[in-house]
Amino acid sequence: MTDARLSGEKLTLAYDKRTIAQNLTVAIPDGSFTVIVGPNACGKSTLLRALSRVLTPKDGAVLLDGERISAWPAKRLARTLGLLPQSSIAPDGITVTDLVARGRYPHQGLLRQWSREDERVVAESMDATGVGALADRYVDELSGGQRQRVWIAMALAQQTPILLLDEPTTFLDIAHQIEVLDLCADLHEQGRTVVAVLHDLNHAARYATHLVALHDGRLVAEGAPGDVVTAELVESVFGMPCRVIDDPETGTPLVVPAARRKAVA
Amino acid sequence: MSTLVETPSPPTARAVGARRSARVAGLVAALLALGVVSVASLAVGARPLPIGDVWGGLTDPASPAYTLVHDMRLPRTALGVLAGICLGLGGAVMQALTRNPIADPGLLGINAGASAAVVTAISVLGVTSFLGFVWFSFAGAGIVAVLLYAIGGGRGATPARLALAGSALSAALFSYVNAVMLLDTAALDRMRFWTVGSLAAGDPAIVARVAPFVGLGLLLALGVARPLNAMAMGDDAARGLGANPRRTRVVAIAAITLLCGAATAACGPIVFVGLMVPHLVRVLTGPDLRWLLPYCAVLAPVILLVADITGRVVARPSELQVGIVTVVLGGPFFLYFVRRRRMERS
Ligand SMILES: Nc1ncnc2c1ncn2[C@@H]1O[C@H](COP(=O)(O)OP(=O)(O)O)[C@@H](O)[C@H]1O
Ligand SMILES: [Mg+2]
Repeated sequence: MTDARLSGEKLTLAYDKRTIAQNLTVAIPDGSFTVIVGPNACGKSTLLRALSRVLTPKDGAVLLDGERISAWPAKRLARTLGLLPQSSIAPDGITVTDLVARGRYPHQGLLRQWSREDERVVAESMDATGVGALADRYVDELSGGQRQRVWIAMALAQQTPILLLDEPTTFLDIAHQIEVLDLCADLHEQGRTVVAVLHDLNHAARYATHLVALHDGRLVAEGAPGDVVTAELVESVFGMPCRVIDDPETGTPLVVPAARRKAVA
Repeated sequence: MSTLVETPSPPTARAVGARRSARVAGLVAALLALGVVSVASLAVGARPLPIGDVWGGLTDPASPAYTLVHDMRLPRTALGVLAGICLGLGGAVMQALTRNPIADPGLLGINAGASAAVVTAISVLGVTSFLGFVWFSFAGAGIVAVLLYAIGGGRGATPARLALAGSALSAALFSYVNAVMLLDTAALDRMRFWTVGSLAAGDPAIVARVAPFVGLGLLLALGVARPLNAMAMGDDAARGLGANPRRTRVVAIAAITLLCGAATAACGPIVFVGLMVPHLVRVLTGPDLRWLLPYCAVLAPVILLVADITGRVVARPSELQVGIVTVVLGGPFFLYFVRRRRMERS
């Protein structure tokens, strides 16, 4: 197995009394584009929150560079690992530039509120995500696809080698989904380790270099999409009979749900 | 993806820089405005004074205007500046903390706590001096802040729970204040002046007593501007950025307590300034608290002093209390402003 800077060892994850996952062990291979898939409410976001220290595990530990993540100083952690949560709120009346600039938080301090370096990185992040032309627009006036790219630009401005994205493509139409996934793939190609929660299995299979399938808080399969995505696995995880064929574009697995009723002529 | 981008990076960077210079210039202009209004506050009143006599009245004990300018209008102006800082900053921090655009220093019940403590002091303990009010006001504000944090969920506090707990506390405490004033008419008389909000009682001793609290509140508020910025995007995002929402909430509530306690003690619960000023300032600065808070701290005193001066002029030779002027003038203006903003945006 390849090296993994980030891993969860025997995690028990819970909200108050409600246990979501038990004895869950996952490793995020370095330099991978890891995609986490699984049915609704199986604990994908919960796992991502634990990996980014937003949620403290009841038991077990998340390790980053061999050290318990709980022992990392907050700012140093935030310069290593960026998180785009599923439910982020854009402050009312904020412009694109200002939102992206908030990603600079861990690089600033009480006495270092803003620097040329911040300015440069914010501009670069906007250009890298294709939102440079929107710099002065209000975020709440943007389309869903533009807004998602702005959020990714914010995470980019954090300048972390590891990037965790919770459902970056949800609520986007198909063209914008592909656009955002291409952007994620670019970021991965530039050398970042990218972890994303995705809903669409076919997108996951096409873009991931490493796939993690969760069911009920348990890890049911992990590995290359070609090995993981089988008809049996999809049926056992999602409870949906299907066929898996080769994606005619990329050769990656393509999940085709079994027809339960005849096509409408 | 980068092929989508037609604008190369330098123009983007320049746009980012240009906006910053504009904000600095705006803050300087706001400070100048505060200077001008402060001088006006020394010169204008029920008894008008030529601007030339103001300097003498301020510095020369032999000047005929000395009593008026140095002993009365100077502390009144200083109190207006301090109260303005408290109300503007308190309102802005409260709005950020609760993520609630209609939050003002009244919303979290901290003003109500201060008022309840002062009523108790007047009615039960027989305290009569404004100086005595100060300590009760802080004690009341502090107790409510602790209660608020406990009821609002403690370590698990969320903006919505804080706002709910605050409204409940506020309602209960104001019922208490009203009950005491109904039952004790003597207290009512002494309270009436104070509950409307007035700067007229400006007394150098009060100014000196509240100033350190205002200073500390100001520092704490400016200190949490950055983490509050991060929390505006949700607690998860804030933690992902390396901020500490729990600690930030505690510090922000402490700042609000100091600021609201000081303002309530010094001039009674002046409403509307704390709600209105952050909204006006947001048009100039956007929602970045690192700019919004300093602007509020400068512009709220400007507005409060203008209201106070207006109150001295319109009812000559008598005067209107500043708390009334802020409502009468601020209310319609604010409605107009909100309406216009909504139409622009939609
Ligand atoms: N803050 C929370 N408090 C309590 N329960 C939660 C919380 N967040 C999520 N849950 C519950 O945990 C389970 C897993 O949620 P989540 O990790 O968000 O699932 P998903 O795989 O859809 O991202 C769900 O049953 C959800 O209801
Ligand atoms: Mg989720």
